[in-house]
Amino acid sequence: MLPNVKVVSLVSVGRHPQSGRARRAEQDGRAVELGLKLASNELKVVHAGNAQEPVLRQYAGMGLSSLTVLEQESNCDALSVLTTFLHENKFDVVLTGVRAEGGESSGMLPYLLAEQLGWPLVPRVADIISIQGGEAEVLLALPRGQRRAVKVKLPFIASVDNAAQEARQSAFGPGLRAQLKVLDVASVVDEAASHWQISAAKPRPKRIKVVKAKTAADRMKAATAKPVGGGGKVMKDETAAEKAQAIFDLLLEEKVVR
Amino acid sequence: MSHLSSNDSSLDNLFRRDPRAEWIARNRLHPLHGEMMQAGSAEVRGPSGLLRKNPHVIGFIGPNGIKRIDRANISSAAIGGKKRSNEAKEVLLPLHIVENPDFYIMVVADMVGGRLTGHDKDILGLAHKLVAKQNGAVTLVCFGENKETQCDLAGVDRLIHLEGDEYDGFAPEARLTALQEIEAQYKPVHWLFPDSVHGGTDLACRLSARLGERLAAQAWQVNAEQTVCRGASASHDILRDTPRILTLLEECGDAIDETRHQVLPISVDSIKQVSPNVIDKGLIAVDSNAVPLAEAEFILSAGNGIHNWDQFHSTAAALGATEGASRVAVDDGFMPRERQVGASGTWVTARVYLAVGISGAIQHMQGIGQCDKVIAINTDAGCDMVKRADLAVIADSEEILAELTRLAQEHSLSKNQEEKSDAA
Repeated sequence: MLPNVKVVSLVSVGRHPQSGRARRAEQDGRAVELGLKLASNELKVVHAGNAQEPVLRQYAGMGLSSLTVLEQESNCDALSVLTTFLHENKFDVVLTGVRAEGGESSGMLPYLLAEQLGWPLVPRVADIISIQGGEAEVLLALPRGQRRAVKVKLPFIASVDNAAQEARQSAFGPGLRAQLKVLDVASVVDEAASHWQISAAKPRPKRIKVVKAKTAADRMKAATAKPVGGGGKVMKDETAAEKAQAIFDLLLEEKVVR
Repeated sequence: MSHLSSNDSSLDNLFRRDPRAEWIARNRLHPLHGEMMQAGSAEVRGPSGLLRKNPHVIGFIGPNGIKRIDRANISSAAIGGKKRSNEAKEVLLPLHIVENPDFYIMVVADMVGGRLTGHDKDILGLAHKLVAKQNGAVTLVCFGENKETQCDLAGVDRLIHLEGDEYDGFAPEARLTALQEIEAQYKPVHWLFPDSVHGGTDLACRLSARLGERLAAQAWQVNAEQTVCRGASASHDILRDTPRILTLLEECGDAIDETRHQVLPISVDSIKQVSPNVIDKGLIAVDSNAVPLAEAEFILSAGNGIHNWDQFHSTAAALGATEGASRVAVDDGFMPRERQVGASGTWVTARVYLAVGISGAIQHMQGIGQCDKVIAINTDAGCDMVKRADLAVIADSEEILAELTRLAQEHSLSKNQEEKSDAA
């Protein structure tokens, strides 16, 4: 825990992938978990939306004494109210998920906040290792299980990846007892989104392998030919050292050996 | 029959007999016999204009060593029809030319490992759909190293290739500055990004926030007017007007396969880079065996040809490779079941797959179907894995693995020394 760092986690209402019911969002839960690791009891958790939403109690059940709600309708844009909130309260670290599980889920919120506040943004964080002297050492989650370390000055915004520490179990009783601080804010309706037509997702068609052949002979060849790789290099008579060197050079060229 | 022997390349390989020509060649009394014979062999005239015959080329040596003269000319190449040629002909696709384009569509590719991914190629195909027969140029924007040799076949009309230390590694801010410069200079009609974890989404969001234009994320059906994109964790389809900036899902379009393109490099004016806020400290070494096999980048896989298992494990550790195995190695108890690659194990997506002592059963080859580069070490030069491999080494696995371990250790040693001298 780092006592002098003010951390805020922004949470949203998630959607269970099978049942479609409202739940604690996967990445937002991890953002709260990471916030608890950094700031423990000092962590602020903020939600922009409906204060009556029971899912908020699931977040509170992670050990939060209170939760701030910026009350607004579901068709409103969370950006403006959150920007004002972050302007008024001074924070060092803002944690969000990468993508919301409801609404447009474009993943633009952290970027727009960073742009409006003029803070740096660190995408897809796996962990925040240390915060010292106004600088944070952050671990990014890369594809294929790789990690990258970056350094960033406070204050900054980080979006938390699925590779971060999993959210802890939510306790029902403490969740109910937690205090909800509802703030009245001037919200803005998302005009552009009201023109969209939203329907249930259609399953995407699988791509079919089509053989574009002009003659029957070509089609026959395509259907019967064995798939062969482009005919690679075969090394037979060289010494073992030369062969190994050739393999190692290829590994270096592909940058899998660093 | 003559109309069939057109320029169609696919028909060139067919062996066709001309029975009539053969009959005329046999029948020396046929009125066309003389002409038919002359057509086959061009006559040679000497310096004084005399017709010359080379007596040595007449006839051939028969199977029992006696010279034969084929008076009926049945074996003549001209009459026997075209011989079947085995080599496949390179088909040169028509070149799609764009001169003085009216507008540009920018495709910012991931270029994982310096090559266009299938996702990138789909997006280039989609970009050509958006151009829709107008005089627009599909421009590929790529950062860092470019190893792609088939940009022309992927549908790249123009290429903006930005190279330099400032774009290497994790450098979204430097890349964003470059994109802003391109935006100011070329004012593209659309910016297309792959919706991927390789940095495409990140860059798209940064550009969208900087330009103040709302993007369409996870788009999968796009035309010039309307876009269908996924929302609410892929449970909704959102139909909306096509914005300028789009991030596109995989298989959003069909890759270009019937045309070649120019790949003309175009320049960007000097890009003023400022020092980034987020400083890259490099990749962190992760335990390669903790990475799930299905998403490992580099797999060292063992089969029946491995006898020294301790050496195999130490080589994998030295190279930093994730360990895989064929079914035989797993059945024999040398490797755990979750390490098995193939139809009944894991389907891997590694960029580099190093198969040691695996001959390549079809179930195994299915499992490595998505791998980019396959390297085989095997004693059998005729096995399927060697045929599939980009680099095959015919040798005993033990000595090659020993050499590889040595090379990897030398490499890491020299790298450590470099770092020390840099720090000093």
